[in-house]
Amino acid sequence: MTEIELKLKSLEYRKKILRYIKMASAGHTGGSLSCTDILNVLYNRIMNVNPQNFKNNERDRYIQSKGHSVEALYVVLADQGFFPEAELETLCKYKSHFIGHPTRKVPGVEQNTGALGHGLALSVGTALAAKLDNLHFKVFTLLGDGELAEGSNWEALLAASHYKLDNLVVILDYNKLQITGPNAEVMNLEPVIPKFESFGCSVRQVDGNDLKELENNLLDVPFEKGKPNVIIAQTVKGKGVSYMENTLKWHHGVPNDQDYKLAIEELNNQISQLQKPQLHEK
Amino acid sequence: MRSESIIKPSSLKMGIPNLEAFSNTLQNLAESDNDIIVVTSDSRGSGKLVPFGEKYPEQIVEVGIAEQNLVGISAGLASAGKKVFAVSPACFLTARSFEQVKNDVAYSDNPVNLIGISSGVSYGALGTTHHSLHDFAALRAVNNITIICPADNYETEQAIMFAAASDFPVYIRFGKKPMPFVSESKDFEVGKGRLVREGKDAVVIATGETVFPALEAAQYLEDNHNIQIGVVSMHTVKPLDGGLLKELAKSYPVMLTVEEHMVNGGLGEACAAFLIQSGFSPKFKIMGIPDEYTITGSQVEIFEHYGISGRGISKEILELISL
Repeated sequence: MTEIELKLKSLEYRKKILRYIKMASAGHTGGSLSCTDILNVLYNRIMNVNPQNFKNNERDRYIQSKGHSVEALYVVLADQGFFPEAELETLCKYKSHFIGHPTRKVPGVEQNTGALGHGLALSVGTALAAKLDNLHFKVFTLLGDGELAEGSNWEALLAASHYKLDNLVVILDYNKLQITGPNAEVMNLEPVIPKFESFGCSVRQVDGNDLKELENNLLDVPFEKGKPNVIIAQTVKGKGVSYMENTLKWHHGVPNDQDYKLAIEELNNQISQLQKPQLHEK
Repeated sequence: MRSESIIKPSSLKMGIPNLEAFSNTLQNLAESDNDIIVVTSDSRGSGKLVPFGEKYPEQIVEVGIAEQNLVGISAGLASAGKKVFAVSPACFLTARSFEQVKNDVAYSDNPVNLIGISSGVSYGALGTTHHSLHDFAALRAVNNITIICPADNYETEQAIMFAAASDFPVYIRFGKKPMPFVSESKDFEVGKGRLVREGKDAVVIATGETVFPALEAAQYLEDNHNIQIGVVSMHTVKPLDGGLLKELAKSYPVMLTVEEHMVNGGLGEACAAFLIQSGFSPKFKIMGIPDEYTITGSQVEIFEHYGISGRGISKEILELISL
């Protein structure tokens, strides 16, 4: 897959996220759009996991701690062939197995998450099992910034560092907004890098909506032998739709017909822009 | 008034603490299975797991004093194929880490074996922070977890072997004082209560360390009042043995439950709810720790204070029968 094709995937994912949130009349729009690029790179460039090897204990694991951004995960898993995308039309509907938080009822989902502050300890345990069994899989977990106020994260980080889990990759989707407002006002996380460093992690800061930068850094894992890897991914909440970007309303806002039309138009324009140079090249 | 045990049922052989029976069983299991992993929260000493750690250093994971982390990490280990025993005082394991038990273990179906040590009021005068009188109630309200409270060393060994082989979450809790064997029969089966003494006038459905005082009461009532009391070790609190309860309700006009748990939400209420919904209405009493600030004292003194003793149970049965 070329760089352009990868970028197009992010845009298609964003369109689908909005489509299914609109159909469900529910969802966490802003946070799903902020982490779309991270999931895109993980599933299309980095991780060794697919529907064929999903029962194999040596597969890479992705555990989404910020479970509310489940729409991004479902859309990417459908694209990876874990289930037919049309099933997402039932998202959050009566009797659907597509719950509004990650659930193992959906093929490809590793752990049931949704209560915040759980994914990191689950990931530590899984990464520790790999070390105990001399297996070489990696465990990737996506944390939200708001959930770092949960103390369980810091318990888990102590253990990650104590057990030298350099096969663990913690990615912080740092869009800086939570349901009540900016993290800085609700519960300040800063300075966040020294916090992770002081817990014994090897930390890198990247533009979390830059596919190439994400990929290059993820390919570098382990950053340092014997240290858990932390990627502070600077992202934009609502990324890709101008009126949603950095806007609190879109934490779990559902687009109406007009909003939706505008958003799809914007994303289609971005797709056209990307496709243009390709046509020139031919 | 400090009363001694009234009658020691003479046939009962003394065992070791269930805690030690657990630790011995786990060592035996680990000998032939290196997927057995013990996870502790600075609790290997209180869990009698120091010998385990020395013998199998690769199979013990320490997380420090962090019970939420204990359960979360255990769930992660179990998801990758390990047979995990998460060992911590029952009070912290089922309260501090309740959400991890509910979500990461039970809801996610990660087959962690949660071992609640020094359960109930085993910590005695250390007080309410260290008592687990809520664990049955809390975990009964969680889907997908089996709750076992063994009475003696035999039931403990069997429960641990069952847990090691199971592919679903199990919670086992026990205390730390030496326990007599409540029966010689080898008829332990998870989900099936054991009738450890037959009777006809009343039946006591007890669990864990309260089975022995129930047997004392039965012996006392037979010797002094010519009353025949059946005693059941209802080691599995969930799923409840409804079949046995129905049989008991048909045979015994008086039923009494005893547990080392608050009277709210435990074995007694589970039995009562089952029986009344099955069309039975025996004379019925739930014995346990009442809904109040628990009295200070040793486990024995707390038991005596609240009537969880041969004398106390006898008194309740005599009152129920005379109603």
